[in-house]
Amino acid sequence: MNWWVLIAFVAVMLVLRWRRVGILTWVAAWWLGMFLVLNYVFVVPVPVSVIKIYMGIISLSLFAFVLTDSRRMSEFWQPIQAFVVEPRYRPLLVLVALAIPALVAFRIYADMTATPQAPFFARTVHPAPPDSITVHDSELALGTADNPYRELETSNPEEFKERLELGRAIYYENCFYCHGDLMAGAGMYAHALNPIPTNFQDPGTIAMLREAFLFWRISKGAPGMPEEGGPWQSAMPAWENFLTEEEMWNVILFLYDFTGHQPRAVEMH
Amino acid sequence: MSRKPPVLPILFGVLAMVAVIVASFKFLSTFDDKMAFKSPVRTKASVEAPAETPRAQALRESAEATAAKELEKPYEEAEYRTVPRIGSRVAIWIVAQLHLLFAAFVLAVPIFALIIEFIGYRTKDERYDKLAYEFTKLLSASFAFTASLGAGLTFMLIILYPKFTNYLMSVFSPTFLPYVLLFFAEAGFLYSYYYGWGKFSPRVHLFLGLMLNVVGTALMFIANAWLTFMSTPAGIAESGAVISTWEAITNYTWMPINIHRIIANVAFGGSIAAAYAAFQFLQAKTDEERAHYDWMGYMGNFVAICGLLPLPFAGYWLASEIYAFSQTMGLTMMGGAFSWLFIIQAILIGNLFLFANWYLWLGMGRIKGAERYRSFIWPMLVVITICFAIWATPRSILSTTEEIQAMGGSSHPMLGYLGVMSAKNTAVNILILTTFLSFVLYRRSGKIPTVSWAKQANFVQFLIFAGAATTVIGYGIAGYFVDAKTRIGFSVPQVGSVLAALVLVTLIDVFLLRKAETAETNWGKIRPISQYLLIMLAVTFTWLMGLMGYVRAGLRQHWHVFGVIRDTSVDAYTPTLGFATQVVSFTVLVFFALIGFIFYLTGLTNRKKYQELKGTAPESSTAPDLSAAPGLSAAPGLSAGPGATAMSASGGLSTGASGYNTASNEPPSTLKT
Repeated sequence: MNWWVLIAFVAVMLVLRWRRVGILTWVAAWWLGMFLVLNYVFVVPVPVSVIKIYMGIISLSLFAFVLTDSRRMSEFWQPIQAFVVEPRYRPLLVLVALAIPALVAFRIYADMTATPQAPFFARTVHPAPPDSITVHDSELALGTADNPYRELETSNPEEFKERLELGRAIYYENCFYCHGDLMAGAGMYAHALNPIPTNFQDPGTIAMLREAFLFWRISKGAPGMPEEGGPWQSAMPAWENFLTEEEMWNVILFLYDFTGHQPRAVEMH
Repeated sequence: MSRKPPVLPILFGVLAMVAVIVASFKFLSTFDDKMAFKSPVRTKASVEAPAETPRAQALRESAEATAAKELEKPYEEAEYRTVPRIGSRVAIWIVAQLHLLFAAFVLAVPIFALIIEFIGYRTKDERYDKLAYEFTKLLSASFAFTASLGAGLTFMLIILYPKFTNYLMSVFSPTFLPYVLLFFAEAGFLYSYYYGWGKFSPRVHLFLGLMLNVVGTALMFIANAWLTFMSTPAGIAESGAVISTWEAITNYTWMPINIHRIIANVAFGGSIAAAYAAFQFLQAKTDEERAHYDWMGYMGNFVAICGLLPLPFAGYWLASEIYAFSQTMGLTMMGGAFSWLFIIQAILIGNLFLFANWYLWLGMGRIKGAERYRSFIWPMLVVITICFAIWATPRSILSTTEEIQAMGGSSHPMLGYLGVMSAKNTAVNILILTTFLSFVLYRRSGKIPTVSWAKQANFVQFLIFAGAATTVIGYGIAGYFVDAKTRIGFSVPQVGSVLAALVLVTLIDVFLLRKAETAETNWGKIRPISQYLLIMLAVTFTWLMGLMGYVRAGLRQHWHVFGVIRDTSVDAYTPTLGFATQVVSFTVLVFFALIGFIFYLTGLTNRKKYQELKGTAPESSTAPDLSAAPGLSAAPGLSAGPGATAMSASGGLSTGASGYNTASNEPPSTLKT
């Protein structure tokens, strides 16, 4: 985060508060300040679509803040009214009147001369899986399937540990080049990929999913991803061409063990 | 001095114009006649030739052959029929949605009308009885619209989806006759409840209202079985053959939908009734009318908020049952193609909370003594804004290629944490808690407790609020460090603490404010923007219902009955999100046009008779002065004239010289909270 932007914003707001500025200035400062915070505080830029949502909410709230109190409302409108009506502001008013169409013209010019970009794409990170998949001639019902070796965790911890070790070997032989040695999606090849590989440490990824879902994603890779997941935006190979079913289940055990996450359980009615 | 008009030139002009028109027609018909095909002049021999030319003969034979073929055509049952231009699905979608919106309104209003009537009966406060009647007045026309749209929907299903409708009828055949009988009973109870207002003993009338609700709810439960079966089928074989109708009825999502719809209907009905009050408030000409409709709007909004607060919990239960039924469907809903609609849903629900709070804050302006709570408003607004923003933060963000590249994926490395369940649950629970706090402060505005333990009670209430907020936020943060199953389990203490706070604070309030000093509430003295907020709340509720209805039905994707009966029509694809929202918006517009018409029709009962307006009314037809409560003067059964039997403030029957409202001993403009 760019803390200095945040500190500057807080400082400006404190000064405005200390100077007891009018309600119009106060509201305008909040609006502009939040816009700048959203645009410049985060090192990784916030997408425009989210900024629009946030600014919409902020605008509505500021509107509510002003209109809830009749005194506040009249204080808000008074300078605007004075600006429009009083003769001493007339030159400035003319300037504003000219500036508005000029800004519109500039916006049109900017839009017309902008570098063409690919359209927005609503990529779904966890697309809905099919009801069943066929891997190495055996069919797996994804809605009810579970890792066949998961129960070893309690029934036979020794064998479970062995399977974790087998999974570890599979991971470091195949997966770690992209997903990284800490499973944070920062492997040595990661920076050549766009988007970068999934960060398994993020609680919003494998921690939210069933093991059968992971089995589907690993076995079928990008080519088996539905349209909404943007198959062309993933470099994940279909690992069923290189690994056995058992190896894939073992590596899934290892992913959860290493990250400390628990897989989502199959929910029964 | 005026000049005589030049008659001759005018006459000449008219004649000239007629002449020009006639000449034009003549010219055109002659031209047309010249251009038309005419048979050539035949010689005598050709005239005597057979009348039928070889071409005509061939045409005749061809027509006869076609007719013969038609007669031999075997009977084939149509699987689908189409509607020109818009297609069958959109046509059914619009009609079903409109039917559902009206049905929701017709089912909801009797629930709170009955409760309000009961409060009036118990407290012997006539105002509640009047208010309940005012709400009920909206039902009569709405019920007819609901029935008409229901009939339209049924016919359209039979015409457009005959095979599938036939299948549904075979699965649910035992439910249709009870449905029809219940519908008749609904009509009977509704109209006797409406027309019998003030005509029966209060207990009999309350019983009619109760039965109206029981029958209405039963009707909804049956209809819910049909539609939930389509999404989460049960009681059938893989081929679709019926094994158990009861299991088909009690499928996975039947009860969650029943509960969700009852609560949502109340919230929706309350908001529409409040919008009606706002509509009347903005048209009101006297302070008395404004006072009445201000109070009605407040009560409608109160009902809507009461429904809104538990609604997210019911929705959560429904969503978890969908997920439990099918992981595919669950992921399609929350993580797949439909998940984007939940961002819109979050924005709409956030708006609802903001508008509801805003309305309450504006309402404080009409209560003397509310000034002491003004300083609470801006911190609550900040909390609502933050929670609203968290709730509307998507996990997977709509991004350009460059933005995805910068973020390293579809989720933002920092804001992405706000897009997961722990953050969302925390935000919505705090939103509910804050809205409840707004309401508590609103209620307190006009009251000063007189009990000796008031300070201690306030402190305990503060502790309850703080405890609930700490529990919600604590579990929300802990949710980031546990497995999915435990995280899902955390929602129970979060919800539990909020519900417990709602109940405990209300209980303390009841005893605390008993015998409290009540300040004056200036009903009607509220800024007009509050009424626009009520209308916006109603529009938002309606839009939300349309949107979520689409999500629930659309989740089936290319299935009529999920996983069993496949949709093989030309519409067997999921429409784009943009198109879906356009259809929902169109439906909402049509609904408001129709409900606006119902408002207009209902408003007609408040108008004076035509003869009275013209000042030509015969003396005998002049109704008694029933204008103490606007909206009741021309109510059926309440204008029988001097000596008419009417329900008195005591809830019993009394005969009064001037009808319904003379018992009112205080003007509505000084109604107490």
